[in-house]
Amino acid sequence: MKIHEYQAKEIFGKWGIPVPNGRVATDPDEAGKVCEMINGPPWVVKAQVHAGGRGKGGGVKVVMEKDAVVSTAKSLLGSSLVTPQTGPEGVKVNQVLIEEGVDIDREFYLGMVVDRAAAMPAMIFSPAGGMSIEEVAAQTPELIWTECVDPATGWMPYQARNLAYRLDPLPSTETLRELINVMANLYKVFMSLDCSLVEINPLIITKAGKVLALDAKLNIDDNALFRQKEIVKLEDTSGTDPLELTAAAYNLNYIRLDGNIGAMVNGAGLAMATMDLIKGAGAEPANFLDVGGGATEEMITKGFEIILGDDRVRAILVNIFGGILRCDVLARGVVAAAQKSRIQVPLIVRLEGTNVDEGRKILEGSGLKFLVAKDLSEAAGLVAAQVSGESGS
Amino acid sequence: MSILVDDKSRVVVQGITGREGTFHTKQMLAYGTSVVGGVTPGKGGQVAEGVPVFHSVRDAVEREGADVSCIFVPPPFAADAVMEAAASGIKVIVCITEGIPTLDMVKVDRFLKDRDVVLIGPNCPGIISPGKTKVGIMPGDIHRPGRMGVISRSGTLTYEVVGQLTGVGLGQSTCIGIGGDPIIGSSFIDHLNRFKDDPETNGVVLIGEIGGTAEEEAAEYIKASFSKPVTAFIAGKTAPPGKRMGHAGAIIAGGKGKAQDKIKALKAAGIAVAPSLAELGKTVLKVMGRI
Repeated sequence: MKIHEYQAKEIFGKWGIPVPNGRVATDPDEAGKVCEMINGPPWVVKAQVHAGGRGKGGGVKVVMEKDAVVSTAKSLLGSSLVTPQTGPEGVKVNQVLIEEGVDIDREFYLGMVVDRAAAMPAMIFSPAGGMSIEEVAAQTPELIWTECVDPATGWMPYQARNLAYRLDPLPSTETLRELINVMANLYKVFMSLDCSLVEINPLIITKAGKVLALDAKLNIDDNALFRQKEIVKLEDTSGTDPLELTAAAYNLNYIRLDGNIGAMVNGAGLAMATMDLIKGAGAEPANFLDVGGGATEEMITKGFEIILGDDRVRAILVNIFGGILRCDVLARGVVAAAQKSRIQVPLIVRLEGTNVDEGRKILEGSGLKFLVAKDLSEAAGLVAAQVSGESGS
Repeated sequence: MSILVDDKSRVVVQGITGREGTFHTKQMLAYGTSVVGGVTPGKGGQVAEGVPVFHSVRDAVEREGADVSCIFVPPPFAADAVMEAAASGIKVIVCITEGIPTLDMVKVDRFLKDRDVVLIGPNCPGIISPGKTKVGIMPGDIHRPGRMGVISRSGTLTYEVVGQLTGVGLGQSTCIGIGGDPIIGSSFIDHLNRFKDDPETNGVVLIGEIGGTAEEEAAEYIKASFSKPVTAFIAGKTAPPGKRMGHAGAIIAGGKGKAQDKIKALKAAGIAVAPSLAELGKTVLKVMGRI
């Protein structure tokens, strides 16, 4: 789960990571009032959306007059912000954060992730702040400094010193003390809130020698939301695809893609492989949909509803490997769901596994126009035929 | 021979009285697995599916000599269940549970580090040595005893692969689902290392997916020190970056974990990668010199 920058900064403030003074506004008038409460000029107006690269997309503006704060807020609020990380349709801006401008002396990157290979949280510090950390990693990997945290001890002061004392030139003693403090507090935030990612980019030293988190990105491990009730309240789903929201409500893993062949599969790995198969057949998948390894008739019905909620879908491929759940049961589910959902597009069904013959008989005897594929290559072929048929018409 | 489990394995099911635990205990017993006990704290002394239930894993180990555990405990309590099994002397822990918080797994990983125990999973279908024993949730009847080892990050995708292997006449020595989470107990390399020394395994099928770098690491290991033929398949060539594709660990993040990079690394190590799932069985036959 992602939260907005202003929410992450409120959390930082509570946990002893200094942030610039700022407030969020949802309409231009409010933006005007907010800027009277905050030191300036300059002020910084920042669009609050769940996407990186906001600066490049015009979502961050530095302005020198109160009127400009209001007009910038007006132009951002309600608009769609397109950044390098959004699709061409962008994401709608519902809130702007207005902050005091600060005099930047130096910019760093500070973040934490779980290092999968080491199976430990890792603090990442880089003197190359303000730019994409992926770019830094690719171009100047020697500027990425990492400390893994042993869960038996937690974050230790020597680790902070290992990172901070590599800076050249070395900041003042007081600034170093603040920086080391920020690292310790960032670790506490990461662990206490079950984060999967925390990033401060840039973390700055002001001309006055103060350490400040100028930006804040905080993602929470979805698996831990059951024990992060306060964080769950911060969720803003306004920028999320409505079909993805519906799917989540039914515990289905659905991700909308750009193609026109809908896919419904049981199991995540098989669903990914099926998407690849559609692409390999010369078509484009419209979605990833995993109805779960133990899919039921109800899950399949919901799956159809979600796929059909996407009006670009021209054909649907159902790929089910019946295991513990037998193919005959699944076939009945597909037939019932297909009848209920009144599917108007061609439906290619590939069933395999336990009781497969019985399952295929049920599909063939249903009177519905299924294209039954006996294996994956036939399924791919049928998808391809569907696509070429369409381009020929 | 098989690796990790065989017909002598004595299995305890943690969470045996839950819905999943009950159902799969029945399935495992039907397959011939020696399920010697179950654990549900507070329900010790009861009998579930004809199997004695204990308050603790320690009791199941002491009274029934359990040495393998299969965990169906819900996510909030699963990390504790894994540690309980390890502390009680279980040698092979199979954790089926999906949805364990990553930071819980950080602790589990640290806890297991200096102990003589193997964790398979979490978020996995388990392990099966066809004809001998099944510790997990995979459909037993698609498997055939044979000489192929299978290691996979996935569930139904593994069934698909095993179905194809059986279909082309290649039986399996042991099939292991290592799990789809970012932090898992044992890796491709851990199990490759075991298959290396198993005289009854002639070749291995490795099924990976997007996210992390486990496949790249496996490729390096195979190139350096694994001489049996390996066939690989990687799912998620069409997965968009930044989206969690069902499995918590299946995500392309920060430009890392792309299927294309994994395929490239595997091919560079001389490993045959099936171009599509539909062609996997055929690819394995070719690699094994059967066509």
